[in-house]
Amino acid sequence: MGTLRTEEMTLNMGPQHPSTHGVLRFVIKADGEVMREAIPDVGYLHRSIEKIAEKVGYHGFMPYTDRVDYVCAMFTNQGWAMACERLAALEVPRRGEYCRVIAAEFNRLASHLLTVGLMGMDIGAMTPFLHTLREREMINDLIEELCGARLTFNYMRIGGVAWDLPPGWRDKALAYLDHLDPILDEFNALFSYNKICVQRLANVAPITAEEAIDYNLVGPNLRASGVKWDVRRDMPYSVYPDFDFEIPIGSGEWGTIGDAMDRYMMRIREMVQSSRILRQALTRMPEGPVLAKVVRNFKPPAGECQVRVESARGDQGWYVVSDGSAYPWRVHVRTGSFAAMGMIQKLSRGLMIADLVVLIASLDVIAPEIDR
Amino acid sequence: MNESLVTLIGRAMFAADASREWAVAASIAVACVLVLFVIAVPFASIVTWVERRVWARIQSRVGPNRVGPNGFLQWLADGIKHVCKEDVIPDEADAPLFKFAPYLVVLAFILPWAVMPFSSELILADLNIGILYMTAITALTVVGVLMAGWSSNNKWSLIGGIRSAAQIISYEIPAGLSIFPAVLMTGTLSMQGLIRAQSWEPYHWFIFANPFCFMAAIILFVSSLAENNRTPFDLPEAESELVAGFATEYSSMRYLFFFMAEWGNMFIAAAIIVTLYLGGWQAPGLGGSRILMNLLQFISFLVKVLVLVFVSMWIRGTLPRVRIDQMMSICWKYFVPLGFIDMIGTAIWVAFFPQGSRLTELTMFALGIAIVAVFGWRVAYFTRRARMELYFHPTI
Repeated sequence: MGTLRTEEMTLNMGPQHPSTHGVLRFVIKADGEVMREAIPDVGYLHRSIEKIAEKVGYHGFMPYTDRVDYVCAMFTNQGWAMACERLAALEVPRRGEYCRVIAAEFNRLASHLLTVGLMGMDIGAMTPFLHTLREREMINDLIEELCGARLTFNYMRIGGVAWDLPPGWRDKALAYLDHLDPILDEFNALFSYNKICVQRLANVAPITAEEAIDYNLVGPNLRASGVKWDVRRDMPYSVYPDFDFEIPIGSGEWGTIGDAMDRYMMRIREMVQSSRILRQALTRMPEGPVLAKVVRNFKPPAGECQVRVESARGDQGWYVVSDGSAYPWRVHVRTGSFAAMGMIQKLSRGLMIADLVVLIASLDVIAPEIDR
Repeated sequence: MNESLVTLIGRAMFAADASREWAVAASIAVACVLVLFVIAVPFASIVTWVERRVWARIQSRVGPNRVGPNGFLQWLADGIKHVCKEDVIPDEADAPLFKFAPYLVVLAFILPWAVMPFSSELILADLNIGILYMTAITALTVVGVLMAGWSSNNKWSLIGGIRSAAQIISYEIPAGLSIFPAVLMTGTLSMQGLIRAQSWEPYHWFIFANPFCFMAAIILFVSSLAENNRTPFDLPEAESELVAGFATEYSSMRYLFFFMAEWGNMFIAAAIIVTLYLGGWQAPGLGGSRILMNLLQFISFLVKVLVLVFVSMWIRGTLPRVRIDQMMSICWKYFVPLGFIDMIGTAIWVAFFPQGSRLTELTMFALGIAIVAVFGWRVAYFTRRARMELYFHPTI
């Protein structure tokens, strides 16, 4: 019996497509529902942010860093501030560091809530998305009180943070964390452990630990493959050594280690840990100033530095070269989404079209972070 | 009315000067369709309003509440809006097919109302093949959807259309098999006949008649979700994968037709299940007047149907979508064999207990009550545990 001759179909997914999380484009070569390959095409959201840094100076670049990854802008803020501080060998006041950690961890919660909600949306359940957005909304309210913005925060400054916590904010934040923990359990009961959800996510596009390291995956995607690497613990920065928290890794209890379900659950487990860090930070907060004295005309001595921040999308590297003038000579950001994008082509072979959507959502690819 | 129509059509076909009678027959046919349309559209539209409110509540939103009391007239506003919009037909589309597809879908949605048994007398035509007619006509949807997917000349539409064809045709089989148990027990295909064989007491409904019927009713419900492209089987219009599936290129009233048909079909599918297994319009006779009696029956029918429609909305608000291979394996590996078991099992059951078995009925009824009670208790438990006050007063 001869095999049925089928024709390959080329599909263009994006740049405007409901589930590509921004302007991403994939060229899909499909045989019916099964993909031969999905070739990612990046560059639709390139805004030359790194080049802008060379023209606006050290202080002036801070608002632009928000746009590198607008879903978790606190980390890009922090990365840039830390790079400048390292160049100029500045010491940040302890309370300033605590403010940074608190803001950043709240931002991690917001980002992960969005990610797990989008996963629900991408596999066809709209309710989890709206439930997580409701929780994220409250975080946005808290952050708005902190820095006046809800998405592009521009909260941190070279040498600390712009504003101290507002009066009464600490109690509100703790009350919110008390609210969030049971919500996460409920969310798991509603969605994560749902039979259909597990069936859709388990065993989809597993990544082994070697592959993850070879392809330079970072953050939750790397940890989901079983590699216990977290910049907060392994290359500690800021005040993270003060806190007691765990690094969750992928367990593969629903399927293979490093499958989409592991990557998805990684976000939920990290939220629990973020909540732990936040409780400790909020209760142990020292008194003092939040911003070091930094000259207005900031000119770090000539040199280069590389700092790493554990953002919601993983290890974010900031490489800054200074030539001693008021403008950086070169800035480069190394982001997790870009590396994850590079892996999609390999992972997509043999998946179904519906699984590509799951794959993109599970790798937590955010378009602005890919292109900058 | 239908006898005179048949006579007219017969005379038009065979009479010597046919033209005048043709015209009369055609106009009567058009009038019938219009009447059906007028009956069907409000039901479908009210279902849209209910769905949007229920869904909004599940998702802790408010939902439409501006037009009319509690947003009740939102469907009218949406309809007017869609009629007023530009009807875009893509240049590359196959225009005649593209234009025709929504009408086919709407046809498949309005024709079943002719045999919809609202009460013992409120039925347009009690055909002796009622349930067969119903399933045959609703299956027409797939032609319209496939036509829409093909003629749009868009690859996403095409995949949506093909998925829909595969899905609806596959699930027709378990749905068709699940109709058999009720038909086997009554020996009739007429909607009214099926309902008259049951009575208003729940333990006389066919769902409790024997274990096979119980299983068949559940299979029929799940298959009807799949046939109507409802979550968790909404693959043909999976908005996260296929943009909007077969409806991607549609706009204006044609787009509305697809979705009106979808919601209307929800009502129709629920009505089929109610007719076959949940006692239809049967209501306790209170000895009132004929009108009162019919009104009571109508309410009984409507309440049962809307409960099923509500369950389907609830499912939509809770579950994600299955993947196409999983959907197919659910159908072919589980539902089709189970459907055959139900059919053969009921046939054997009817051979052994021609009058039905009172003990089984009561046992099954008790089992049904127990399942509903356990489920209700779980819902109540999780609702309490979810700390409602945080939902309704989110400001901390």
